[in-house]
Amino acid sequence: MKIKLEKRPQPSRRWLYLSPILAVIVTMLAGGALFAALGKNPVEAIATIFWEPVFGEFAFYYRPQLLVKGAPLILIAIGLSLGFRAGVWNIGAEGQYIIGALTGAGVALALYPMEAWFIFPLMIVAGAAGGLAWGMIPALLKVRFGTNEILVSLMLVYVAEQLLAAMALGPMRNPEGMGFPGSRNLQEYPSAHNAELIAGSGMHWGVVAALIAVIFAYVLLGRHILGYHIRLTGQAPRAARFAGVSPKALTLFCLGTSGALAGMAGMFEVAGPTGQVSIDFNVGYGFTAIIVAFLGRLHPFGILLAGLLMALTYIGGEIAQSNLGLPAAAIQMFQGMLLFFLLAVDVLTNYRLRLVPRSEAAA
Amino acid sequence: MTLKTLLTGAALAVGLAAAPALAQDDKTRVGFIYVGPIGDGGWTYEHDQGRLAIEEHFGDAVETVYQESVPEGADAERAITQMALNGADLIFTTSFGFMDPTISVARKFPDVKFEHATGYKTAPNVSTYSARFYEGRAIQGHIAGKMTESNVVGYIASYPIPEVIRGINAAFIHARKANPDVQFKIIWAYTWFDPAKEADAANALIEQGADVILQHTDSTAPQAAAEKAGGVVTFGQASDMAEYKPFPRVSSIIDNWKPYYIARTQAVIDGTWESQQIWHGIDEGMVEIGEITDAVPAEVRDEALALKDAIAAGEYHPFTGPLKKQDGSDWLAEGETADDATLLGMNFYVEGLDGEIPQ
Amino acid sequence: MDLSSINPVLLLASLIVASTPILLAAIGELVVERAGVLNLGVEGMMITGAICGFAIAVNTGSPAAGFAAAAVGGAGLSLLFAALTQLALANQVASGLALTLFGLGLSALLGQGYVGIKPPPTPKLDIPLLGDIPFLGPVLFSHDLMVYLALALVAAVWAMLKYTRAGLILRAVGENHDAAHALGYKVVRVRIMAIAFGGACAGLGGAYLSLVRVPQWTEGMTAGAGWIALALVVFASWKAGRVLLGAWLFGGVNVLQLNLQAAGIAIPVEYLSMSPYLITILVLVIMSADKSRAPASLGRVFHASQ
Repeated sequence: MKIKLEKRPQPSRRWLYLSPILAVIVTMLAGGALFAALGKNPVEAIATIFWEPVFGEFAFYYRPQLLVKGAPLILIAIGLSLGFRAGVWNIGAEGQYIIGALTGAGVALALYPMEAWFIFPLMIVAGAAGGLAWGMIPALLKVRFGTNEILVSLMLVYVAEQLLAAMALGPMRNPEGMGFPGSRNLQEYPSAHNAELIAGSGMHWGVVAALIAVIFAYVLLGRHILGYHIRLTGQAPRAARFAGVSPKALTLFCLGTSGALAGMAGMFEVAGPTGQVSIDFNVGYGFTAIIVAFLGRLHPFGILLAGLLMALTYIGGEIAQSNLGLPAAAIQMFQGMLLFFLLAVDVLTNYRLRLVPRSEAAA
Repeated sequence: MTLKTLLTGAALAVGLAAAPALAQDDKTRVGFIYVGPIGDGGWTYEHDQGRLAIEEHFGDAVETVYQESVPEGADAERAITQMALNGADLIFTTSFGFMDPTISVARKFPDVKFEHATGYKTAPNVSTYSARFYEGRAIQGHIAGKMTESNVVGYIASYPIPEVIRGINAAFIHARKANPDVQFKIIWAYTWFDPAKEADAANALIEQGADVILQHTDSTAPQAAAEKAGGVVTFGQASDMAEYKPFPRVSSIIDNWKPYYIARTQAVIDGTWESQQIWHGIDEGMVEIGEITDAVPAEVRDEALALKDAIAAGEYHPFTGPLKKQDGSDWLAEGETADDATLLGMNFYVEGLDGEIPQ
Repeated sequence: MDLSSINPVLLLASLIVASTPILLAAIGELVVERAGVLNLGVEGMMITGAICGFAIAVNTGSPAAGFAAAAVGGAGLSLLFAALTQLALANQVASGLALTLFGLGLSALLGQGYVGIKPPPTPKLDIPLLGDIPFLGPVLFSHDLMVYLALALVAAVWAMLKYTRAGLILRAVGENHDAAHALGYKVVRVRIMAIAFGGACAGLGGAYLSLVRVPQWTEGMTAGAGWIALALVVFASWKAGRVLLGAWLFGGVNVLQLNLQAAGIAIPVEYLSMSPYLITILVLVIMSADKSRAPASLGRVFHASQ
């Protein structure tokens, strides 16, 4: 006997919801075994990661932090998901995030110390424009020359990282910073600070933007002709062409939108939670967002949940590190496992497992 | 929605105020925030040795917690807050990039004491501490000047910041004093820690004639490169790098945080902790000179140890005039010593060094 | 400022050493991509190879055993990716990223007891006669065995892809998996084998870092070399010979900038460090006019029923 995958005529709705739960359970078992092997109490470790941030003693602090950590992931992942649905692969969101932060912060630093109402909106526009421009490079090259956007967008991440280092050490360095690398802290510049809208709530403009993006993407995909084109191109490229969809316009739209959203995420981050342009400003949100997009099955509300789940493992993992003395490496492995299992169980949504006799399997 | 968030905000305010009281017990909790993994064998490793020294010194009276590989920025702020919430009485944040997050968290937890390494912002409950590594560099410079036969000393620098420039100047001044013909070749690696790049940098310097390598990056890769090349002298950085004794590593600068960490923990236990800005050197034991091995001639070793003693006793300052800046303008007059403010913001080379500081 | 202090012989020799880790990882990834699979987990496999090789070499005292273990370790990790993408049909981009995350964590855990230890030295092969040739001798014939193994591997992959039936099948699978399947080739099996080969090569590249080039174990020591290897494959436009050229270019820019600095020449380091990536993009653009493109099925999920 052999296990065979059989494509379901329609994705199973039941497994769509059941499979993530299954993955989390399997991860808890495998992760528990890992923690036990490291000499820690597995139940306590798992509870610390998943329970503590949401319902624990200090949940009043961690719950808002879930929003802070999840918002950039969600904002970037929403943009990426549009392209992924249409078969446009932007994996350079990390670079677009960096450039957005640089252009956004650049506006603020250029206008410092002027105080005016229009500075923050201008920064949002600049951040989005920076990300858009960086995203348009692979888009235009693809449209004009047919170059592979996966690779060009990835290459541009490294270019952006070098640019970030150059800026933090050079033009954007804080003139009052005793010569250390890093810009002025925008948290201390009221007109540019992306402050919490209500103190202690974690809600800053980036969170608001992420929620708007989720709704916007949902409406776009469900109600708008452009969303229909995106879905059609992803599912049946040839049919899409007959329906009059321009693949070039779609490429430009998808890469541009995801670049702009990633740029905005970078700008909200640099003006808010992080506060300054520094050499190590980017911590991998752009790459993690790719995983979030897939964990959310490219569905806007799925991405919302996936972003929060990812944020949960980060924050819970930090608590486990400092309270239980788990090494950071164990948490990293645990996250890796969760992703593996979540990706693996997705097969159950689209395929049926069937036991078949060996002879038939060979056919 | 608004009501709910308002309530959350109120709960947070109450919670923050109540938190230290909640987690009170008789043990003193000391937290550490590390920028790298404790297995980096350099900067973070030495801070963690300091943490372990606290555990050993105080036994059951003190409990320590740590979080490693914490990115600077928002994640650092959360990690520090998290420790404060969980009842830490004293938190050491051990990287320059944790400065603003430390200050920001300290504002919310007036009863918790904070110690930030290498920064310049303080608060009533935030101290800063740093080490005068340049004192050790002066001694290295002297040994380097005496040991080099090609008169070319290679220097692997990390980032062009005052800390690193200070080290280059201190080493160069004393290398020149020991050997008027010495030249420094400087490579800016733009990293604190990238073993492969550090190895390449060391090789480039060796190939261009350097037979002494000084490093301001944290891995042992340059030591290994020197060992492979043969006949090249190196010095341990941040930790002793004793596995390369007695040659190529002939001495080292060790970041020894243990005495300071124990003293500050004691101060918290005694209730005598006060905010301060300290910059300790060889005298206080924060900068330690690792064993000078037999590969160094006895006479040079004695000179180096005499220099160390003079610095420790406060009889000699590594930046004592007459000294000129690279452009030939006067900096320090005969017998004048550099003030700390100039040293902390140092952004120029002294006379005799080639090349420019990248901007 | 003294350019004459740069010795071209030594510069070229260290360039060859510096490029070996990325060359090994890239030649493996090239085979994977020619089979139509995009594995972004190179960094994770490299670092896993680095620690597996280091640990075994330290415990057995034999660098050769270390390199063998590194290949096994890298291949073992890559099979996780193979299981996800080939059996469970998961998305390759996301799976590769997850693999890197997992590999970085795994290697750090495995390596906890190995910080601050020196590995047994890997001997240099000083080839008697050839090594004495002026100029070429020190540049080409005074390295350790792994350098030659890497070069041999490049030649072997080139010949395999161009002249053998196995290479033909591999390319067929990468270009059009449905057609290959229709012709009776085992698409999934070919791809799993390619992925394992890629993992083994990445593992060797990692071990070259931890055993020869650095040599020590520290967490995160690959410091992005895996990502450079990915760029290299693209730069090489999926051709084995050009991988070698690319590795020397990427390794060379770094070695050269360090040498220029040591010679006292002020250079904008960040801008120079960007250049290989910008050149890669340029190559991609130029290549688009050329016939040699990315394998047509790159990154696409294959299922026999489709």
